[in-house]
Order: sequence, then C-alpha cells, then structure tokens
Amino acid sequence: MTDPVPTPTPTQTVGPFYGYALPFPGGGEVAPAGDPAAITVHGYVYDGAGEPVPDALLEFWQAAPDGSLAGRPGSWRRDPASGGLLPRDAFGFTGFGRVPTGADGHWTLRTLPPPPAAPYLSICLFARGLSRHLFTRAYVEGLGGERELTALAAERAETLLARREGAGVFRFDVRLQGEGETVFLSFGH
Amino acid sequence: MTDVVVDERTPGRVVDPYRSGALRVPTRAPLAVGGDPEAVELYGPVFGVTEVSALDADLTRHHVGEPHGERITVSGRVLDRAGRPVRGQLVEIWQANASGRYAHRRDQHPAPLDPNFTGTGRCLTDAEGRYAFTTIRPGAYPWGNHENAWRPAHIHFSLFGRAFTQRLVTQMYFPGDPLLAYDPILHTVTDAAERDRLVAAYDPELSVQDWSLGYHWDIVLDGPAATLPDPEATP
Ligand SMILES: [Fe+3]
Repeated sequence: MTDPVPTPTPTQTVGPFYGYALPFPGGGEVAPAGDPAAITVHGYVYDGAGEPVPDALLEFWQAAPDGSLAGRPGSWRRDPASGGLLPRDAFGFTGFGRVPTGADGHWTLRTLPPPPAAPYLSICLFARGLSRHLFTRAYVEGLGGERELTALAAERAETLLARREGAGVFRFDVRLQGEGETVFLSFGH
Repeated sequence: MTDVVVDERTPGRVVDPYRSGALRVPTRAPLAVGGDPEAVELYGPVFGVTEVSALDADLTRHHVGEPHGERITVSGRVLDRAGRPVRGQLVEIWQANASGRYAHRRDQHPAPLDPNFTGTGRCLTDAEGRYAFTTIRPGAYPWGNHENAWRPAHIHFSLFGRAFTQRLVTQMYFPGDPLLAYDPILHTVTDAAERDRLVAAYDPELSVQDWSLGYHWDIVLDGPAATLPDPEATP
C-alpha cells in the first residue's frame, strides 16, 4: 500500500437490476416466528414529485430487545441441494432486514421492538438515481425516544417518527426530496 | 443534481448528467450525528457460513453448463480507513452476462440471456480481508439516459464492514474501456483520481493458467465503527 491513510472507495448507484441479487426470502421477517412481541413497521418511499419509488431497497439494523448490538448470523440460509436462498431459521434475532419496495413503493418489516435505550430502526436506503445510499432512522412511537428525536432533528423530527397506526403496527414513509423531505443522517468523524 | 459534468482530463468534453437522480437526490444536507458513541450504526449486522456457501464465489458454476464469455478472476482486499483488513465480512456482487444482459425481468435489452449464467455471487473476506470471485467479463449495455448511452462493462459490489456506517455499494470497472470517458454514473464521482479507484487493474498474477484472466481491485470502507477489540485479532 503506497497510501498510508487510504480514502474510502467512492460509492455508485445500486442501479435498477439488484433485484435478483440482493433481496432474500423473508428479508422483512426479522422477528422470530410467532413472537407475540413482534411489531410491524411499514410505509412508502416517495420521490420529489410525490410519486412512489418502485425500485428502492431498504436495509434495517437495530439493537436486540435486550439492548445487544452484537448481532448474529443467520439472516438467510442456503438450500444445500439447489444452492438457493432460504428464509432465516425463524428462531434467532439477527437485527438485520432487507426489503425492496414493491411496484407501489411500499415496504413492510416485521421485527421486535428496539430497546428504550436505542428506540429506533436504523435504515440504509438504496435506489437507482442515488449515487450514494441514504441513512435515516425510524423512531418507534411510544418507546420513549420522542425527546431524543426532537433534540436530534427539531421541527423536522416528525419525519423520523414511525407513528402508531394500530396495535403493534407503525407507519414510516420516506420522502426523498421536497415537501416534507425526510431527515437523512451522516456519521462523519 | 449537477447540470453537466466536465471531464477535466479532456478539456471541452462534457459528460451527460445522471438523470435518474433528478427527483430522488435529497436537496437538504444530511444531519451529522457523528458524535454519538451510543449510535446503533457504529455496530452492524454479522454474516457467516449460513449465508454463504463455497460455490457462491464461482459464478461460472451455478448451472449445468459453462457460461459464454471471457472467464475472469477478480480479487482484492477490503480495508478500513486505517488500512486494517476487514475480516469475515460479506461481499455480494451482481452483473450482466457476456452479452450485456441482466437475468432480471425488467432488463429489456435485446441481447441473449445465457441459460448458464445468472450473475450473482457472494463471499466472506478472509483473515487478510481478501475476497475472490470467478466469473465472466460482463458486456456493455445501452440505457436510456441520453442518446447512445452505453454503460461500460462493470460489476456491482455490495460490502459490509464492522459497522452499519461502513456499508458500501459501488461498481467495479475494467481498464482501457473507451466507455469510461462517457459514463454519467462513473462521472457522478467528479474527481478523476477518485474515478480511477473504481477501475480494476489487469493482474497476470491473478490469472489462472489456460483458464481465466485476472483483475485486482482493492476496496476501502468509510465510516467510523465502535472501537471494540477486533474479535479476530490474536493478543
Ligand atoms: Fe449495471
């Protein structure tokens, strides 16, 4: 290595054709099967004209309910016969989900509530047209994060709130641009 | 988005802008939350043997027959900004076939699909941060950005580091490709030296005798991580 302090490799768009490569079965089923504590978080991704974005990919990462950030492998499995992708084993909690938007721009995640110490889902969003991925957070309403959220994003804080729609169901829309533009985050040094 | 992109190495040349971003790129600067040592994003998902099988890194062996095209080996190291190897982390790739066609239903480029090539691969980096794939050289393909827009041959890469902040999706290009000078996507990187870092080097050391041509491409992940001891490091 000639460069002692390397700069990061530039990002490039995910493009339109990641769909047969990155999504995996049950990518939005992060909660163990049948767990009564599971919550559903869902929403739409909209562009600057208010049109749904049908080719975005959302990745989710969060603390486990006990506060652990260690994660664990097993978000998907390989079929030993076909080599194909299978859903996760349905028991463990990996903290990781990956969901493409549908033709209507909608996505759904079923997960366990994050702990009060870190009451949000971290989201990394990719799409055709975005040279760089976008980070944001969905603070789950009612888990005590509202004050932290207001301190973080002031009057635009509401764009980071996943609002309760019903029992265990929360709504989080992403607006990439314009009116009500979602607050995106950077994690510089 | 920028209106025009000037290729500074060729004065007077203007590369068309990447139009797909016009209604998608946010207009506001991102909110910096870099100072929070408790941020969930300083940690990240982990992957292991359940997600990857040994065959995943050889894209020429995913079907009964051999795919068409020029067989290549692509290898390099994944490093963090301190130059340390990023070990045991997931690398995913996807690409068009030798004719420039993706195995994706929305790809309508009238070039043949190859029944022996899907074009997706995965591996975990080794103890030195190294990844390696065997595949075929992808073809160029046309797209609708502007008249006679053709993407240079490229392989899409997705990488995870030790933290969610290190997440990287990018594209690897091939040296000497005349389309590099005209590609709006490559030119979303405005600095010429930075663009060059997305171009692999032909490396005869990585070629396999009578089998494949070798390309070398190293990757540096950005982003802070929580300063946990490296679990792979031996004291
Ligand atoms: Fe492509």
